[in-house]
This record gives sequence, C-alpha cells and structure tokens, in this order.
Amino acid sequence: MNAEGTAVIELDNLSYGYGGNALFSQLSLTLAPGSFHFLTGASGVGKTTLLRLCYADLCAVKGKVRIFGENAATLDRDGVAMTRRRIGVVHQDCQFLDHLSIAENIALPLTVSGRARGAAGNLEELLNWVGLGAQAGQLPPELSGGERQRAALARAVIVSPDVIIADEPTGNVDWDMSQRLLGLLIELNKMGKTILIATHDLALIRAAKTDVSARILRLKDGQLLQAGADL
Amino acid sequence: MRPLLELIIGDPQADRAVPQTGTTARLTVFVAAVMAFLAVIALAVSLTTNRAANLWAEELAQSATLRLPPDPATADALLLSALDVLQTTPGVSSVRALSQDEQRDLLAPWFGPDLPLDALPMPQLIEIVTDREVLDIDGLRARLSAQVPGAILDDHTAWRAPLLEAAGRVRLIGWSVIVLIGATVAAMITLAAQAALAANVQVIRVLRLVGAKDAYIARAFVRRFTLRAGGGAIIGTIAGVIVVLVMPQGDGADSILLGVGFEGTEWIWPLLVPVLAAGVAFFATRAAAFRRLKEQT
Repeated sequence: MNAEGTAVIELDNLSYGYGGNALFSQLSLTLAPGSFHFLTGASGVGKTTLLRLCYADLCAVKGKVRIFGENAATLDRDGVAMTRRRIGVVHQDCQFLDHLSIAENIALPLTVSGRARGAAGNLEELLNWVGLGAQAGQLPPELSGGERQRAALARAVIVSPDVIIADEPTGNVDWDMSQRLLGLLIELNKMGKTILIATHDLALIRAAKTDVSARILRLKDGQLLQAGADL
Repeated sequence: MRPLLELIIGDPQADRAVPQTGTTARLTVFVAAVMAFLAVIALAVSLTTNRAANLWAEELAQSATLRLPPDPATADALLLSALDVLQTTPGVSSVRALSQDEQRDLLAPWFGPDLPLDALPMPQLIEIVTDREVLDIDGLRARLSAQVPGAILDDHTAWRAPLLEAAGRVRLIGWSVIVLIGATVAAMITLAAQAALAANVQVIRVLRLVGAKDAYIARAFVRRFTLRAGGGAIIGTIAGVIVVLVMPQGDGADSILLGVGFEGTEWIWPLLVPVLAAGVAFFATRAAAFRRLKEQT
C-alpha cells in the first residue's frame, strides 16, 4: 500500500524547464494503480521530460512529484534506486550494456537487486514470451530494432514492477511489431500493472482503444489536456 | 572478514556489468608492480640503515679512548696512573693500552706502514670498554684530570651524534619515499578509476535505470581496481624481494656498505606492501567512484 493516497505516481502543480524556458507550469497528473495512460503531443513538447520526472530521473523545479506516496525530491540516491526497482522503463533508444548478452541484459534488474539466482526459469519464460528465446545469447548490437524494443520491454517487466513507463516504444518498429508490443503492454495492464506510454503514433492509440480502457493525455503549451474524443 | 571475502570472491554476474578495459587494467597492474618494487627497495634501505646505525651507535656508546700526552719522561708513570684510575672506576668493564704496532696500524692509512713511531712524540692510546649505565663519565673525567695531567678522554660523543643524525635522516628519507609511493599509487588509482568511470557513463546510466544502488555500481569498480593493484603489488614485491636476496650481504655494521636486506621480523614489512597497495587502491577507488556517481546524479 502506498504511504499517501492510492496513486502510484502523482504530479502536483509541477513546473519544469530548461535554460530558463518553462516546459510545463502547474501541471498535475495522477496515475492510479492498474490504469493505462497514453501521453501524446508534438515532438519537443516535453513528453520524455515528463516521463523522466515520473521515474525520478529529473527533479521538479516547482511542485511535487510523489512516487508510491514518497516525495521524489526528498529521496536520496539509494531511495531513487529502490523506487526504480518498482518502475520498469522502456526507452525509445533501448539502452543496453552492449558487452552482455540479451539474456543477461534482460536479467540485469534481477542482478542489481540480488535476485538473479533461481530466476533462470522465469528468464527463459520471459524470453519466449517476448519472442526472443532464440536470440538469448546474442549481443544487443546484433538485434533488429523490433527485437531490441521487445528486449527492453522484457527487461522492464522482469522484476514485476508496479508501473511500466514506455517512451515511444514503437518508434523504431513496423506496424505489425508495434501491435505486438502494444499487445504485450495491454497484457501486462490486465495483470494489474500501471502503464504510461508516451507516443506520437495516434494510430497506435486508436488500435489500443478497442482492447483497453486507456486515458489519453495530450501535452500542449506546457499543459496536460484530456484527449480521446477526437482520436 | 566477510566483506573482505566478498570483495575477493565478488559476484561474477555483478562484475560482468562493467566491461573490462584492457589498457587501463594493464597499466594499473604495471604501475602497482613498479611502485611495490620501489617500496620494497626503499624499505630494505631504510631498515638496513636503521639497523646499522643502531649497531654503530651501540658499539661507540660502549667504548671510549684515553689519550696520554706524548712525553717520554713521564709516559710510563702516566700510563700506570691512568690504568689505576680506570681499573678502579665503576662502569669500566675493561682497559687495554694499545701496543706500538696497533698504533702504527691506526696511522698507516695516513702516513704509510713505515712510520718510525720511536722517533716521533706519539701519544699513548688506551681503549676502554664501558657500561654506560653505570659509568659516571664526568666523575671519571675529573679523576683523570687530577691524577693524570694532560690525559684526554674521548667518549665518542662527537662521532656518535652526527652518525645517529645521518642515520635518522636516511631513515626519514626512506619512510618519506614509501609515503610518496603510497600517495602516488593512490593518485594513479584515482586517475585510472576516474577514467574507467568516465568511459562507462552509459553503463552507469543503464545500471541506475534498472535500480542499481551507488554501492553496487561502485563495488564493481572498487573490486576490480583493488585486485589489480594488489596483484600488481604482489608481482612487484616478489621482484623486489628477489633483488634484495641476491644482493651481497655483510655482517653487522658492514651490512649497509655491502648490501641491503631484511632480518627477522623485518620480513613482515615487504609482505605488507601488497596488502597496503590493495588497501590504498580500495579507498582511492571507492572515494573516486562515489564522488563521480554523485556528480553524475
């Protein structure tokens, strides 16, 4: 249970900017447990920045970010690390350790949290679930864009996090692969995970609406607007 | 003990999270080996100097020389009188008047072996072995002044003081060199660790993304550099000990002139060099890693 309220992530009157230019001002957002959110908006509007604030990779200039009820501004570095273990993050550029195999990369969250032993069965199952069983021993640079995206998703979910945050997870893949990745995220949501996906792919959002009850947020002029009816 | 074992054994999976950096690794091992070698030689020189200085000082402290005036008319009487005073003085263990041959041998380095001592007014020398804890040197000097006019007692203080001072300086230089070597190892390891951390920014970013704590990230670097420095220092120490062992060894006070080495419990010092090198590397890398991780937040 969260320390404060029921929201897993809560942005309260948040302001943030770069080099004196405000990107958001007084922005608020609440992610309820088990909810599914799409975050959309034009390129450069601040989607990635907003996601980074949600997993304590950035600190708000004004306002509060509460993650699992904890004020992110008061978390020390170990506190941030512990919080990250409850949030699976999928980046658009899929950052991996290129000297480790895909299986080792996917198992990395288990390794850093000291839970790698005895997880071999789960790892194999997960690799097969994302369709990478045959590529387990390959290095990240040897994989295609779609395979890397699936591997990033597998790494994000291997510790069974409460929240999955994905930044343009279908940005580098074709339509079929994007549907497959979306299907995986919807399946995770049905397991009770909170999902937040930043995307500018409106077709993807439309496709998801038939399978999941998603809240669609549009970031525009530093404000977060409710969207959906026009999609 | 357990943290030490964990450091040595490590976590193979955690270790693999940070890629091996070949050049940095080899340079770290090489520099640690060279520094350990120099430390062993510096230790050997310092300890040998210390030992020799102590020996010389002890020998000089236990002996004194009495010089009688070179007057043929009173020589025998003065000698008898001097021997009488010395033999009845507490703290004088033994007394011996040097023969003419012995005195000739003493002067031979300066005047050659054919010095006609009989034709020269030579002072008679008396060698005295003392127990300094019992002997009242001022009292002896006063008695000699009264009963053996013109006799000069040399207790070797003038020789011993500069010798001890010189030995102390050599010892200080030796330890300073060792401290400098330790500081150099720390600086070198810090630079190498910082370079490794800077080269692995992406690795650190990914590890943090998946929830790695600073201690976990730092441990991979700390363990690696500690083992490299310790391993290199073992190689350097072995090389240094071999060099010390093959040096010609002298006895007692001659040892500093003939060669340096370790004796008895002094052998602990070279054995400590790899441990100290690993310790220096551990703390230097740990400090560098945590500082860098804090900056990279």
